[in-house]
Amino acid sequence: MAKRMIEKCVTAFAWLSGLLLTASVAGLMGYVFVKGAGSLSLSLFFGDTAPMDALLFRRQVFDGIFPAMVGTLTLVGLSISIAVPVGVATGIYMAEYATGRTKHIFGLFFDILAGIPSILVGFFGFSVAVFLHHQVSDRIAPCLLISALALAFLVLPYLIRTTQTALENLPRQVRVTAPALGASPIQTIFYVLLPQSLSGIVSGIILSIGRCAEDTAVIMLTGVVATAGLPSSLLSNYEALPFFIYTISSQYADHTELMRGYGAAIVLLAICALLFTLATLIRHRLSDHLLYGGR
Amino acid sequence: MRTERLVQHLLGLAAACSVAVTVLIFGFMVILGLPLITGGAFFQMFTSPWLPSQAVYGIAPMMVGTVSIAGLALAFSFPVSLGCAALISVLGTGPLPALLHRLVRFMTGIPTVVYGFAGIFVLVPMIREWVGRGSGMCIFSAALLLAVLVAPTMILFFSDSFSSVPKAYLTAADALGATPVQKLFHVVIPCSWRGLITGVVLALGRALGDTLIALMIAGNATAMPGSVLDPARTLTAHIALVVAADFDSLEFRTLFACGIILYVCTTLMVIFTRRVGAVSERRLWRSA
Repeated sequence: MAKRMIEKCVTAFAWLSGLLLTASVAGLMGYVFVKGAGSLSLSLFFGDTAPMDALLFRRQVFDGIFPAMVGTLTLVGLSISIAVPVGVATGIYMAEYATGRTKHIFGLFFDILAGIPSILVGFFGFSVAVFLHHQVSDRIAPCLLISALALAFLVLPYLIRTTQTALENLPRQVRVTAPALGASPIQTIFYVLLPQSLSGIVSGIILSIGRCAEDTAVIMLTGVVATAGLPSSLLSNYEALPFFIYTISSQYADHTELMRGYGAAIVLLAICALLFTLATLIRHRLSDHLLYGGR
Repeated sequence: MRTERLVQHLLGLAAACSVAVTVLIFGFMVILGLPLITGGAFFQMFTSPWLPSQAVYGIAPMMVGTVSIAGLALAFSFPVSLGCAALISVLGTGPLPALLHRLVRFMTGIPTVVYGFAGIFVLVPMIREWVGRGSGMCIFSAALLLAVLVAPTMILFFSDSFSSVPKAYLTAADALGATPVQKLFHVVIPCSWRGLITGVVLALGRALGDTLIALMIAGNATAMPGSVLDPARTLTAHIALVVAADFDSLEFRTLFACGIILYVCTTLMVIFTRRVGAVSERRLWRSA
């Protein structure tokens, strides 16, 4: 009898914890949606400026999140274009060339890089900026370029790992066929292995984009500001969506500003959800064709 | 043949750059923090309070804040995560566990700042009502929210290692007439304890390293917290708050100490998880 009770209690506990988790996430996100739904309109993005004028950069937007979105977009574009070549190349090296001790030690370093708190990466970016300011040129201060570099360092380990895993998980058949036909190692990598593992690599890249878009800790130390308008150059300050949400939450002046914060939170959440879904869809394609043994 | 070589060298160069970044981050902190270490104030800092008016810049309250928020978050999150993982891979029936799995995976994509934003306007007022004093921004609130944030890390890791238990073991248990709960306690958990430990350490790393939740929810007081209902400041939030262009002040130099602590903790945890995971579970089972 006591055994039956324990049995029942454990099962009930498992269901309850599932319920608790679902309820807390649904509660938190639902609140943001319900409160913020009213603020979703064109004026959330463009304020009083006409949308066309803003989109063509003819007039500045003051009361909208458009500059923050452009800032985030520029930032993500820059850091991804820095991180992807290095990360994917490192992933290929780790999967195809590195052996024994080198592979072990390099792997350890990338695990550490993946585990470093993002604020430290931001702090590193800040220190580099100040160092350059003193040593090289007065014009260098925390700015868009430094942020993009720091964010690139932040997502580098994800890119390395997804590339490496995608390559290493390829079936053995795929790996041995091309050399058997006389292909050189490089030809095998670029004509067979990379195309075959493309969906894994691409979904890793998309997840990294999501991480760049949502990160706040790195950019708050490396040049993001509350009001800067559109970024004018690589060495200028800029606005970004996550930092905008953070500033609103800590120092909103009135109800309108707070509502804009809710709107921005919904927009950021929607962007991240979209990227996440995209990455999942692409990766499912990969696992399917792994399952059925290649094309 | 020459292009072969060239491409290989290029790929190797990229890998070397990635390693260099990891080393540089630590190197920068040590070099810039060096005056502190040679000045002898380094170890004193870990035990003294933060009193800028008396030029005492200790980070002891921040260390206590970090440990208590992360520890409490883990204590809240672990049982729930274990329950969820068990539900997803062993105990659950019907379509709901699969849905929960999907939700958990989706949670990894929710921006931290949105959690923090929702926390300020939902959780903090609730705690304020409940406690009846203060602003509601305290260790307790931050730990609750952080528990939600780190839960996916644990659940995904747990349920992965639960479902990598060999099918033959489960079939054998079924044949002996084991109930799902007996299977969980006598087969699945004993077989996947390494995965459990790794998951907990990874989640601890996330909890220690998170900046925004503590920064937005924990109240950021520099005084030593006396209870879980007091506001506190974490090492990460401290870095975010103190950064100023004033590069040579002692106040600023303490940040390198915070950074070094966080870096060393991360490294130790990574080495630990690699050690625990090094004896591959499959090999362990084969020898059993």
